[in-house]
Amino acid sequence: MTQLSFLTSKPWIWSFAAAMATWVITMLFTGGSSFVGLSQATLTFASFSIIVGLGQMLVITLGPGNIDLSVPSTITLAGTVALKLMDGQSSWLLLGFFAALAIGLAVGLSNYALIKLLRIPPIIATLSMSFIVQSSAIWYNRGLRVKPPKVLADFTTEATFGIPNLALVALALSIFVWWLLEKSVFGRWISAIGQSPFAARMAGIPVDGARLMTYVCCACFASVCGFLLASFSGGAALNMGTEYLLMSIAVVIIGGTAVTGGNSNVPGIWGASLFMFLVVSMLNTYGFGAGVRLILTGLIIITVILAASRPSARAR
Amino acid sequence: MKGFSARLLIPVISLAILLCAVFYLQPRTMSYLGLNLLFNLAVPIALATIAQMIIMSVNDLDLSIGTFVSFAACVTAAFMPETPLLAIAILLAAIAAYAVLGFVITLQSLPSIVVTLGMSFVWGGLAVLILPSPGGQAPDWLRSIMTVKPPLMPMAIVASIIIALVSHFIIMRTTFGVAIRGAGGNGRSLVRAGWSLLKIKAAAYALAAFFAILSGMALVGLTTAADANIALRYTLLSIAGVILGGGEFVGGRVSPIGAVVGALTLTLAASFLSFLHISPDWQIGAQGAILIVVLGLRLIFNFGKRKGSAS
Repeated sequence: MTQLSFLTSKPWIWSFAAAMATWVITMLFTGGSSFVGLSQATLTFASFSIIVGLGQMLVITLGPGNIDLSVPSTITLAGTVALKLMDGQSSWLLLGFFAALAIGLAVGLSNYALIKLLRIPPIIATLSMSFIVQSSAIWYNRGLRVKPPKVLADFTTEATFGIPNLALVALALSIFVWWLLEKSVFGRWISAIGQSPFAARMAGIPVDGARLMTYVCCACFASVCGFLLASFSGGAALNMGTEYLLMSIAVVIIGGTAVTGGNSNVPGIWGASLFMFLVVSMLNTYGFGAGVRLILTGLIIITVILAASRPSARAR
Repeated sequence: MKGFSARLLIPVISLAILLCAVFYLQPRTMSYLGLNLLFNLAVPIALATIAQMIIMSVNDLDLSIGTFVSFAACVTAAFMPETPLLAIAILLAAIAAYAVLGFVITLQSLPSIVVTLGMSFVWGGLAVLILPSPGGQAPDWLRSIMTVKPPLMPMAIVASIIIALVSHFIIMRTTFGVAIRGAGGNGRSLVRAGWSLLKIKAAAYALAAFFAILSGMALVGLTTAADANIALRYTLLSIAGVILGGGEFVGGRVSPIGAVVGALTLTLAASFLSFLHISPDWQIGAQGAILIVVLGLRLIFNFGKRKGSAS
């Protein structure tokens, strides 16, 4: 009975269980030969989804309708600008990093300006913003592919004590967000806003300030992800952010964060991100065609959502 | 009735302004042929927008509309000319699948965003299986419907008006439509009144699938071929169209006529930008800017209204 209530009280269990299951199934097929390779690749690629997912989670926690669709274009623009500024020189590393952060800051501020000042629903506001950001990236990029500085390229592709550096970065950011949500006043604020904006306002919470900070945080996480992703893949590409639009939303929801807001879940993002990558690599290992692979990915996502939803549905 | 016209005012004004701008930039579009070319591709977008609007009126959001329209287009192009019965059977099964989705989403109170996100992979995969490479062909009857030349007004305009009126009738005038909007407005009171929320949402999803399939078929009729990625951008376009047309994400507040006008506005915005000779780099960005401006207009109007009601 205690075990059962543990399961229902920890929604992230499901995403980890799903990730473990897919990992074992993939291992069975390869006979354990790819143990280190698969684990490292999974941790590396999952790190990107974890970083963008953390930001998206903060925004989704703000309540129904809050979502940031400008994530992919922010990733692209930050990666493009940072790499072009650094121009392969390790000495310009900090400049590139801060340029990426500045882009995140600017996109986040503009997003919230549209939402607050023009009262555009967040979905459409961030969507319109993403068009403008994407255009800026196209205009700035000019089809150039600048190589990342050697230090950065090494850092993003190497591992410390067998754990990929990127996974360590993602871990540090996750602990920061966990602290933010669970231990800081700011986290209490955004959970309160997500549960009831009206009550939050009545309780004297600076609702607009907290929402602004959240959108800025989300855009900054996306720009950091873009910075790392471009360094990892040896250069920025105009479509490098595309897959993270759906990915960032999927890992948040599969990870057990309430889509209606007010309740977030940091460990779940890890489980879900590992799971999403493992599904793809499992289907690849089994050698399915593109069509079957897509169908199975979709069905597996829905199955996990269904499995995870049951306890909360019963509780109601 | 008053709320109805106020909700429609902004979208119609935006469309009119944009149309005048296009006429000014390129007077040759002010003709039968010109208008048809301007609005041709609006027909499938308008149908997809209506589909999205139906889902939004029950407080859900469909992130798989684009892939589903692509799927319907692939089925139409691959099977409709040779084996129409098979094509119809597949499309009917797809409508049934949507009804099941609506049922399950309501039963388990699942987030529609994620379920449809998962379904977008499924539809995309099926589309790739059906048409691994771009191809297929449009059945002759479909081609002739989409290229018919009615007197006085071009087909695209006539079709848009028909879509607007038919969907307006279904959503705003029938009991079924009221029930759908009621499910979005206040599901609990609807249940108290003796309706089954499960049935209503399943039916709403099925109706949305029907309109999305029409969208895919219209698209094939225009392009005469299909591929698995043909309509991916419809997902975001349809959401933007509904909002431009005065719809809202929650509360069952939607406007079918507005949604069609919104879809026309979005289509026209693309033509407007190409007539402006904006550098291709900034084409997408300018579309974003137009969206922002049109939605900003709504704010000015709302301010005026509030002042009016206060005085």
